[in-house]
Amino acid sequence: MANETPLLRAKGVSKSFFGVAALDDVDFTLRSGEVHALLGENGAGKSTLIKVITGAYRRDAGEVLLEGKPIFPRDVLDAQALGIGTVYQEVNLLPNLSVAENLYLGRQPKRFGMIDMRAMNRLSRELLKRYGLDIDVAAPLSSFSVAIQQIIAIARAVDISGKVLILDEPTASLDTHEVEMLFSVVRQLRAEGLGIIFISHFLDQVFSIADTITVLRNGRLIASRAVEGLERIDLVSMMLGRRLEEAEDTGNGVAADTGGETVIKVRHLGKRGVLAPFDLDVKRGEVVGIAGLLGSGRTETAQLLFGIERADGGTVEVEGQATNLASPQKAVHAGFGFCPEDRKTDGIIGDLSVRENIALALQARRGWAKPLSRREQDDLASQYIEALDIRTAGAEMPVKFLSGGNQQKVLLARWLATNPRFLILDEPTRGIDVGAHAEIIRLIRRLCADGMSLLVISSELEELVGYSARVLVLRDRRHVAELVGEEVSTTGILKAIAASGTTGAAA
Amino acid sequence: MKRFLSALRRLLPQLAALGIILLLNAMISPGFFHVEMQNGRLYGSLIDVINRGAPVALLAIGMTLVIATKGIDLSVGAVMAITGAVAASLITQGYPLVATLGGTLAVGLFCGLWNGALVALLDIQPIIATLILMVAGRGIAQLITEGIILTFNDKPDLIFVGSGAFLGLPMPFIIWFVMAILMVTIVRRTALGLLIEAIGVNRRASTLSGVGSRSLLFAVYATSGLCAAIAGIIAAADIKGADANNAGLWLELDAILAVVIGGNSLLGGRFSIAGSLIGAMIMQSVNTGILLSGFPPEFNLIIKAVIILIILVVQSPTSQSLWTFLRRDRHPTAKQERAVR
Amino acid sequence: MTSSKYLPLITTIAVFVLAYLICIAQFPSMWSTRVIGNLLTDNAFLGITAVGMTFVILSGGIDLSVGSVIAFTGVFLAVLLQNTSIHPLFAFVLALMITTAFGAFMGAVIHYLEMPAFIVTLAGMFLARGVSFLLSTQSVPINHPFYATLQHLYFKMPGGGRLTLIGITMLVVFLVGSIVAQRTRFGANVYALGGNIQSAELMGVPVGRTTIGIYAVSGFLAGLSGIVFSLYTSAGYSLSASGVELDAIAAVVIGGTLLSGGSGFIAGTLIGIFIQGLIQTYIVFDGTLSSWWTKIVIGLLLFGFIALQRGILWMSEHGSVSFRKKAAA
Repeated sequence: MANETPLLRAKGVSKSFFGVAALDDVDFTLRSGEVHALLGENGAGKSTLIKVITGAYRRDAGEVLLEGKPIFPRDVLDAQALGIGTVYQEVNLLPNLSVAENLYLGRQPKRFGMIDMRAMNRLSRELLKRYGLDIDVAAPLSSFSVAIQQIIAIARAVDISGKVLILDEPTASLDTHEVEMLFSVVRQLRAEGLGIIFISHFLDQVFSIADTITVLRNGRLIASRAVEGLERIDLVSMMLGRRLEEAEDTGNGVAADTGGETVIKVRHLGKRGVLAPFDLDVKRGEVVGIAGLLGSGRTETAQLLFGIERADGGTVEVEGQATNLASPQKAVHAGFGFCPEDRKTDGIIGDLSVRENIALALQARRGWAKPLSRREQDDLASQYIEALDIRTAGAEMPVKFLSGGNQQKVLLARWLATNPRFLILDEPTRGIDVGAHAEIIRLIRRLCADGMSLLVISSELEELVGYSARVLVLRDRRHVAELVGEEVSTTGILKAIAASGTTGAAA
Repeated sequence: MKRFLSALRRLLPQLAALGIILLLNAMISPGFFHVEMQNGRLYGSLIDVINRGAPVALLAIGMTLVIATKGIDLSVGAVMAITGAVAASLITQGYPLVATLGGTLAVGLFCGLWNGALVALLDIQPIIATLILMVAGRGIAQLITEGIILTFNDKPDLIFVGSGAFLGLPMPFIIWFVMAILMVTIVRRTALGLLIEAIGVNRRASTLSGVGSRSLLFAVYATSGLCAAIAGIIAAADIKGADANNAGLWLELDAILAVVIGGNSLLGGRFSIAGSLIGAMIMQSVNTGILLSGFPPEFNLIIKAVIILIILVVQSPTSQSLWTFLRRDRHPTAKQERAVR
Repeated sequence: MTSSKYLPLITTIAVFVLAYLICIAQFPSMWSTRVIGNLLTDNAFLGITAVGMTFVILSGGIDLSVGSVIAFTGVFLAVLLQNTSIHPLFAFVLALMITTAFGAFMGAVIHYLEMPAFIVTLAGMFLARGVSFLLSTQSVPINHPFYATLQHLYFKMPGGGRLTLIGITMLVVFLVGSIVAQRTRFGANVYALGGNIQSAELMGVPVGRTTIGIYAVSGFLAGLSGIVFSLYTSAGYSLSASGVELDAIAAVVIGGTLLSGGSGFIAGTLIGIFIQGLIQTYIVFDGTLSSWWTKIVIGLLLFGFIALQRGILWMSEHGSVSFRKKAAA
């Protein structure tokens, strides 16, 4: 094996953005006829590595060798021409064009200077036949299921590139049967000698299709090894960065079973295709943690509770009152708050000032006719800038110029200003620097000591264990375990996550 | 006071442009700044500018709010034609002035609500949604006037709205000025301004913060319809009749231009009604200046085109990112932030 | 689902056939080649520029400048033929070169400055109209003998209808436009841009070149439309053809093209033109109805088609939701 030239090799690749390392001295080796899973949580560096390989980013250091020769792709098209094709989760084809047009866009067969439709359709049919698809290639792409669109995208990528195929979370929206269909295509391509990089956060799928795995965390290579003989729990600990033998810091969660009254009572809340119905009780002054891998339904839990996704069944009681959570507006009126994971698109109002961003939710709840006076806004802003130590050149600074951690604090301030009874935080510490990180954790503890109820979603298990009275564990879009008291430990969570799932796919 | 000064500073480029154009006008026509009182009424080129600019100024008020929500309202010119026709038709049928004005404003409001429904409820892109009324509007206006220019030479009370004077100032000016103060007060003394800016910058994040984006969208399009109705009444009263073909023709484009000249971004967000009004006055001053200079009035179009080109270059994301790049040492930019994540 | 691609076109054709049947039922004389010949001749200039507009809208853009460009071309030709002795054919070539370059320039501004087509072509609209005013504010008559020759070229159809040169020109433009849209890489790229510009770029579509090309085509066809318009009116007038951009957009949408781009057919636009022409013809035949009904009916049709497209989109989104539901089970 050692003397055989690998198909694709990245050596010591580094990439940083404005001083922050997104990829730090990473090695990666892909052989012909192998499915190589690339694993890691959000921000681990998976997509940066892929973008360096496909030329979307220029690497800062290191080299990329294709069949032993160094390559310097200028862009994705260049990488494609060199032999590296990519298929993304969001199918990057054109839904308004026909299947054949999608397969041959930019390289249509011509006859007398015109596109030869008949030849194009014939070639398309022949091409797809190799993948076991017998479909109407003249029909628009959008008339086919996502799984078939994925296979068409693969067919195009392989037909153009033909050496390396990168599948970036191709199964995220497929059901079990469709995943199997996709996998049979992947196996066939593997047998034909392609090197396939497979990115997914569904461990069952990784175990069923991959030959090798590489785990990245915080931009560093954690491990690269054969799947055979690998224990599921070891893999989870590599991804989340916890070792089983490590610190057993169990539940010092605040107010664990203080007998406080139940503030939020959720029964059978769920939505078909999004999240299986679940129950949830949150007491006053309690932090409930939510753990699970990416895509397990963590964020969806928050979205159902905040009225972003409309539940198709179940009830919510807030302090004994049945409450309708059909929209965020209603949730805010019920005293809920929600700091989303994607601060850029769902959280901050970039062009508006820190002051306005802080005042927004309170203002929305009061209604437009009862404005907060400028003085009240100024007071609110200065109060929270001080209390949360928001580093800004002033309350009038547009929030888009703040660092991630400070933006997060502004969002927290936005909700704290409404004095919520129930606050949902989705990955509150992601992508922010260490100092701000610690402050936010302290803040969570303080809030709950003050009697607020919180639901915190995080992939930082140690953190969760640190402040949660209870931890709910999700897997495959289902609440699968609730850990209380002594059970709240990193080990407990890891075990619950790794417990072998019954389904192999995203529900 | 401090805030007033800072608002003034923000509008400095527009004010400077207006000043320069007025000075140029004065150079072309020495009596430009001359204002005199005749029969208890002020006359002069400056008075002419604030009087003639009334329709565009009114449209610009509503358009500013619509554009602040990342929308656009192409129908305002057509709504002017409809409401002018409604006003003429009501007054010639013998309705009293108050009923005529009330009925006309209601029609304008309804037009705005129609646009609002298409945008907020059916989620149709604003440019497409308002195109429908833009195309059909003049036909509807003609349906009301039954294809003729409906004149009302014998209705001095309605004519007064278009050509009368109050405290020496022309009525159209007083109307747009009062309307502007009213709208500025409404959006800035309540939270509407903040909420409109918020949904214009990031509708999703605003909705997730509990802002009722849909009702706000309804409100801004309704306001735009209302402003167009007032402009329609003035335009009709000015010519003492409703001309369904020409009333408000292409004024939607002038209004959009006024908003853009006023420093408001077509991409929504921060807005300044005062800026748009200065923009409207800049355009009217150019107009008057060209008339005074003896150039053909059509020269105006070329100047408008040049103004748009300049704004395009200044506002374009390409030059914006160049600008941010040059200032990158001062603030981390949004782009860099995204890259880090 | 395949039908969703053709549904708007089929609806358009159905509306046209139905409308024509109603017309004939009421005025049997509307079933004649005379009427059809006039329909083609009267709408030739609108049809030609609507083909350009179809390309623009298919790519997800809009071109507000076409009416002004038509007026400019007319004035340019009239002034040129009045003041010089060059042959009209040479003047045609000059006019087409100018309008094509003008369109290409707008496309370049849209692409490189990343600004909305709406505002860029709005500037183009003002500029072209302004320049034509500079050339002449009067209506300039064209009485070159070559014009007379061209105006008298026609085929006599059975039944006495005349298929004029400009009517034929429009049909040829539609034919060529259809072929370019359906059978060339440029056409495929136009659809690709309208589908999703980022995906198109990732799939290797030369976005800049295509955008410039699209607006150049629109400029060229607006110029050709201006030539046809000058043949039709024997004059050049800077105030003419105002609002033609709206009629063209309406024809495109009524013809079943999605205003947000990516879906539709050049042939549909021809039907859209026919429907507009039919409404006008009906009004002429009726004699009591006023011409403003045209605009109201077109507005209603616009609303109908936009709502239809919205409905199709909603259904396909809804469909994918139910698909996901199935996946969940």
